Amino acid sequence: MHDGQPRIHPYIPNSVPDVRDAMLQAIGAATVDDLYAEIPASLRLGRPLDLPEPLESEAELVRHVEGLLNRNTSTRETLSFLGAGCYPHHVPAVCDEINGRAEFLTAYAGDPYEDHGRFQALFEYASMMGELLEMEVVNVPVYDGFQAAGTALRMAGRITGRPRVLIPASMSRDKRSRIVDYVTPDLAVDEVAVDRATSLLDLDALRASLGANVAAILVENPTFLGAVESQVLEIVRLGHAAGSLVIGNVDPSTLGVLAPPATWGAEIACGDIQPLGMHQQFGGGHGGFIATHDDPRFVAEYPSRLFGIAPTMVAGEYGFGDVAYERTSFAVREEGKEWVGTAAALWGITAGVYLALMGPQGMRELGETMMARTRYAMTRLAEVPGVRVPFAGQHHVKEFVVDLTATGRTVGAVSAALRERGIFFGADLSREQPWLGQSALVCVTEIHTLADIDRLAESLAEVLA
Amino acid sequence: MSAPTSRGAQTPGLPAAAAPGLLMAHAAPDAVAGSPAGLPIAPKPVPRRFQQARWDEPIIFELSVPGARGILPPATEPAISAVVGNPAAALPAGIRRERPAALPELSQVHVVRHYDRLSQETLGVDLNVDVGQGTCTMKYSPKVNDQMVRNPRIADLHPLQDPATVQGVLEIMWRLERMLAEISGMDRMTLQPGAGSAAIWTNVSMIRAYHAARGQAATRDEVITTIFSHPSNAACAKVAGYRVITLYPDANGYPDLGALRAAVSQRTAALLVTNPEDTGIFNPRIEEYVRIVHQVGGLACYDQANANGILGITRAGDAGFDLCHFNLHKTFSTPHACGGPGAGACGVKAELARFLPRPTVERAGDRYTLDDERPDSVGKMRPWYGVAPNLVRAYAWIMSLGAEGLREVAETAVLNNNYLMAKVLEIRGVSAPYAAGRRRIEQVRYSWEQLARETGVHTDEIGQRVVDFGTHYWTSHHPFVVPEPMTLEPTESFSRADLDEHAAILALVSDEAYTDPEHVKSAPHASTIHRIDHAPLDDPAAWAITWRAYRRKHLGGS
Repeated sequence: MHDGQPRIHPYIPNSVPDVRDAMLQAIGAATVDDLYAEIPASLRLGRPLDLPEPLESEAELVRHVEGLLNRNTSTRETLSFLGAGCYPHHVPAVCDEINGRAEFLTAYAGDPYEDHGRFQALFEYASMMGELLEMEVVNVPVYDGFQAAGTALRMAGRITGRPRVLIPASMSRDKRSRIVDYVTPDLAVDEVAVDRATSLLDLDALRASLGANVAAILVENPTFLGAVESQVLEIVRLGHAAGSLVIGNVDPSTLGVLAPPATWGAEIACGDIQPLGMHQQFGGGHGGFIATHDDPRFVAEYPSRLFGIAPTMVAGEYGFGDVAYERTSFAVREEGKEWVGTAAALWGITAGVYLALMGPQGMRELGETMMARTRYAMTRLAEVPGVRVPFAGQHHVKEFVVDLTATGRTVGAVSAALRERGIFFGADLSREQPWLGQSALVCVTEIHTLADIDRLAESLAEVLA
Repeated sequence: MSAPTSRGAQTPGLPAAAAPGLLMAHAAPDAVAGSPAGLPIAPKPVPRRFQQARWDEPIIFELSVPGARGILPPATEPAISAVVGNPAAALPAGIRRERPAALPELSQVHVVRHYDRLSQETLGVDLNVDVGQGTCTMKYSPKVNDQMVRNPRIADLHPLQDPATVQGVLEIMWRLERMLAEISGMDRMTLQPGAGSAAIWTNVSMIRAYHAARGQAATRDEVITTIFSHPSNAACAKVAGYRVITLYPDANGYPDLGALRAAVSQRTAALLVTNPEDTGIFNPRIEEYVRIVHQVGGLACYDQANANGILGITRAGDAGFDLCHFNLHKTFSTPHACGGPGAGACGVKAELARFLPRPTVERAGDRYTLDDERPDSVGKMRPWYGVAPNLVRAYAWIMSLGAEGLREVAETAVLNNNYLMAKVLEIRGVSAPYAAGRRRIEQVRYSWEQLARETGVHTDEIGQRVVDFGTHYWTSHHPFVVPEPMTLEPTESFSRADLDEHAAILALVSDEAYTDPEHVKSAPHASTIHRIDHAPLDDPAAWAITWRAYRRKHLGGS
């Protein structure tokens, strides 16, 4: 602050003293404090907040924040094989361009007139996801894939009236935590064991778990451990025979090559859209989708907003609006289906941009490239002495397990040594899935080149030598 | 589908001719076309002549050209193919995708053009005097903060990186937690929730864990909230297993204290309440409400979605609350993003800290760590640690203002609101129910009841006419306890001239309602599209939530 000058903050137009005085005068108040007459003295703070001194100039602010950010090492400065739910994909420049536009970035909850573009962009997002999933109903995004899974399970519980749901034991601990927190107290969550030879669902365990009280089986495909759940058709058959619904929890970036849940016979699909054009953002780029067929019984159970096409007074003009709004907590508070609020709409718009750029061929090529590079990485790492790739017999798209147990080294120690070589190794599974010993979950996508994969294999061999 | 009315088809760019004297400051332009008006150019009319972008843009599938490409993914190197072949081709039938996804095919420029056009048909806060989305705290999101989160050292961080490689973002989260704790008067915060409703859920989950830890999970099965608190308070409590009791306002607009006394019991788990409520009325006896709930062993939880007018003035912790939450996309300036990503921050008193979502960010000396070993934690509320870019933005915003600046934000928001209220209450047909003559904090829930009675024009119709002047307003959450509601919240981001403009628009539309109600009822006239027939949206045979459904139901396709 310059001495003697009143403080005029650039973000606060009416901080100009003359303007404030004139406004106070216009409403018959002597001071701003008069406007707080309703707040009793006993509730007043009565002292300034104890906050750091402000950085009032933009130059100082940038210097300060960038100084902090410079203490981070980004995955662009290193070679990162971390995935486990937050994925390193190429983000097309157009995605950043569109979601950075002030119109989209700063809009909120307007009506389908002045925000027609927002409604259309979200309708188109849902429509493109619908094509990827071969389903006709897709919601405006929820917060993330965990929330989508939790809500999909609750929807299944309401549709079937049954109190129990099944999830794979290979699911990440964090996701399991979110699901259990969210479906309590209405649904009991039981884990179905996985076959330790394949990492896929143990079908005998599934048969034993199924019963007349099971509302849904949630199938992750690929699994958290990266393998394609190649038994989905049998899982769906078993589930349906027991009167259970099946929820296909999928990674949309794999759907150019993997069959979508609808074609297995699953009634509900869900997952996370972060791979479709969102930067990793330290985990800040997630959004969740839930999809079903256009069955009114299912539509009625969505808590989310659903945007549909409607005619206007003018021929040839598309309008949009909320479908079956009376389902929502916005309409009927606690009588609605779960709850709805601000979640991840801009990421939905961005995922729509991504799918429009990629098209059918791009999504297929993406899947093929990831599968080839992942298989190549599995092959190369399995050649490193002492390193095992335990589920190499399964199909994989973008992640796989690497077992270091036989090397006598911990994942933590190996990761630290690789970090010194500029490589972020895969996610440590030793606490997450103790039955896998000292294992890591390595993620390979379309951004990892032949040279990158060779470098990982060579560095790992050096570290373990 | 009917043809547009003659008024609907009038020359774009001009509001309907208003009654003489209504155009405030300057005479109306009386010519649209014809001879040039000459120099000097006439002063601008108020309200402005507005025409929203109207690109008449097709659905993106209609732009598809088979074979066109928008972007090329990297191709597999021959050296890789030589080793592994094409593993996708080896996927078994039933597992492999059989039909390509019927996505549109566009060249890159056409994707950009389409979305740029849609963006122009969207009215963000950067473009309009966005005081009409009451409760939403539409404020300026500083560009510098948007720019800083594009830095790869936040945009391209993976959440499982070793903590040594993310010390900067952990320090920002730690500092932001301390600052929000000071602002709210609470002891610890979590920054994990994805937005406001997720923050409400997080608080409800912690309330549930608190009572469970005391062996009262089964007996404390009721949550009390108020009708002027966000519907997610009621809805989250219900989903978490509670019976919901909703307090209605007394004659002064406060939650009925007698009803609260009657509602509390050994079954009370918590009170979830907003203050000021969505009416903008601050409840001066809030400590008494908290005390009543505490006396029966319940917790008091403060939804601080409406905190913008009280920063540095009064704090949740000092009023005795046990939990609270902020919406960082409201009070703390992160952009609203068409409805997220936002960010939520929950604050708790020390005795509830053990229930916070895991992990927490801790400081040990000059190192920052993630503490995931918290056995009493409610667990995860979302993947990882929160909407990190918005945490950086909120941190930067607070750092740009400091204590004095935050107080100035609050005071200006309140000044703007009371100034606008004085202007609005001069308009025919509108009122501010409850607490007549009292000041409001940061927003007002108005009522057009009188105007509706006298003209037959309803609040949603006024809102749709306001669009023709380049702005908009929101009515209210349901149910409409205040009849014919309109909720205005002029945050610190708007100038006196902005507020005058908004009031002038409302005045003009009020006058139209009295003089030419049909013109209001048939609005919008200068927006992107015309009045929508909503009936198909509630008809399962007609609704179409995707283009796929639309093709099947309405185009005879498959």
